[in-house]
Amino acid sequence: MGRRVLVTGLGTFWGGRLAQRLEADPGVDVIIGLDRVDPMVKLERTEFVRSDENYSILSRIVSATRVDTIVHSFLVVDSTQMSSRTLHEINVIGTMNLFAAASSPASTVRDVVVKSSALVYGASSKDPVWVTEDHSRRTTPRTAVERSLVEVEGYVRDFAVDNPHVTVSMLRFSNVIGPDISTPITKALELPLVPSIAGFDPRIQFVHEDDVLRSMMFVLDEQVPGVFNVAGDGLLPWSEVAALCGKRRLPLPFIGDRMAAGSLRRLGVDLPPELLDLLRYGRGIDSRRLRQTGFRYEYTSAGAVEAFVKAERLRASIGGREPAYEYRDDVEAFFKHSPAVVRDRGR
Amino acid sequence: MAPPQHDEPRTAATVTASRSLVPLPLPPTTEPRPRDPRLSDVDEWGRSERVRELAHRIYQPIYERWFRAEWEGLDRIPSDGGALLVANHAAAIPSDAPVIMHGIETEMGRPVYGLADHFFRRVPGVGTLWARNGGVVAHPDNAYRLLREQGQLVLVFPEGTKGPAKSYAERYRLRRFGRGGFVEIAMRAGVPIVPIAVVGAEESMPTLVRIPALAKLLRTPYFPITANLLAFGPLGAAVYFPAKFKLRVLEPVTFDVPPGQARYSRSRIMEESEGIRQRIQEALYDMLCQRRSVWFG
Repeated sequence: MGRRVLVTGLGTFWGGRLAQRLEADPGVDVIIGLDRVDPMVKLERTEFVRSDENYSILSRIVSATRVDTIVHSFLVVDSTQMSSRTLHEINVIGTMNLFAAASSPASTVRDVVVKSSALVYGASSKDPVWVTEDHSRRTTPRTAVERSLVEVEGYVRDFAVDNPHVTVSMLRFSNVIGPDISTPITKALELPLVPSIAGFDPRIQFVHEDDVLRSMMFVLDEQVPGVFNVAGDGLLPWSEVAALCGKRRLPLPFIGDRMAAGSLRRLGVDLPPELLDLLRYGRGIDSRRLRQTGFRYEYTSAGAVEAFVKAERLRASIGGREPAYEYRDDVEAFFKHSPAVVRDRGR
Repeated sequence: MAPPQHDEPRTAATVTASRSLVPLPLPPTTEPRPRDPRLSDVDEWGRSERVRELAHRIYQPIYERWFRAEWEGLDRIPSDGGALLVANHAAAIPSDAPVIMHGIETEMGRPVYGLADHFFRRVPGVGTLWARNGGVVAHPDNAYRLLREQGQLVLVFPEGTKGPAKSYAERYRLRRFGRGGFVEIAMRAGVPIVPIAVVGAEESMPTLVRIPALAKLLRTPYFPITANLLAFGPLGAAVYFPAKFKLRVLEPVTFDVPPGQARYSRSRIMEESEGIRQRIQEALYDMLCQRRSVWFG
């Protein structure tokens, strides 16, 4: 019998793409996706359930569908997209309800994969160059998104302690970059001048969006419990990242950078506080634990940035983030079901 | 090998135990490595050999003509493998770190990474410049990785900021050597400690008085009024007196303890730490006995 998977945040970048990969996996029988909004990508056999953002109906879904695997990809790490109240609802309350449902006595859940972020480590001058999974941060989280993720990880840990029969894998991703994803960092790199903080040239790490999806599929398949950092090889100075993009930097003042970021926001450039911390001190996460379980990356940090730059140049010529080929529902339905189409099947 | 489960309760014991688990060596791999289109030569620690070379060219006259640095026992520094260099620390803006690093790098051709307080990382410009020249935040994880996994030379001043903060009247009297963390790191990394006694730094920028209120205001470890400021005015913040530098490398200290342990005997650590402090202190007194002039050695 194949797996029955519940994907949270089906309408997000990650949820939809993960569901696509799960659909391609013959070992997966049922895929159920939850979100407030419609998925952005075309899905064939994933069942979409519209829910509110904090999943109050979740325990009924979990018990009715008897899912054995939960992929929790609906954690917001980009604080520019919503108010901190909504962010709290989605991240903290959503996770709380999700794990409340998953730990009910009738629950059939055996595997849980959580997509967390390296933001839980923060970025401070006291941090080591490489942070490992066991690192306990020295500064209290200052921003809403960091606070919420730390709380989320607390729920995940509690769930893992209370349910030792469940394999819980939590992945902490470094800064994701790639051809398709849009984050505060990619938006900053798309500007004519790349914002930086005067006097600081921190080393920053990236992970390619494909490696993110591959690593999530990897822990799903291999069922490795634990916390894992996920990041491409190498640390790049921010100046080099700008150079890879073929751009110059625009230094913000090192005192009052938050105020400067505030006025930039009015111009439509949103640099959230956690990004300002990163542009000051950088962050390197040690990704060796996941590598030891056998996972191999396809991109280094620099390679991931390069993939982004190539896609960006292509967009500059042809415009838009939309894929060149658009999937047409009715056309595909025609090919599949119309008696007029001559099919080779059965010959 | 199954990775450790993340969900044990976080008692003090597991937190300290997990510290040692830090670096997991990777099995050597023959698989094709992914493309890595780098543009600069800045390494993971922030060091750039190109910047370092430029700094060598600029600093060479200062090293050779101004401080006229003279080494004794340079051959005691291992020519390969990791070693923790431990020296006394002095001068309001420490002049000893650049002299030691420049000296070893040019005379031995080995890079030296200098551990410094995280305060440096917060100072705009200085922090980046320091990192490009081999400065690393003094964190046990950083030191372990450099020493154990990368077999580098690492320089540390166990006195920390207490060394350069002391006033001229207290010169060449070593402060407390922290909490012996440097010994523990060397034990864990399985590398020798090479003590170095430095004479000359104290007189290159002597602190006359300290203004704690200003230090608090500027959030710096200390705020000194130096003799250089009185002599050269504002320029004194950057110009050293041409004190003669003498550096003596002492016999390396090795520890016959197994590396990679989570904890080492506290009493042993403190004993070794105090022993190294004593030896540097004695070497300093010996060198000062032989010194005829601050300026000519």
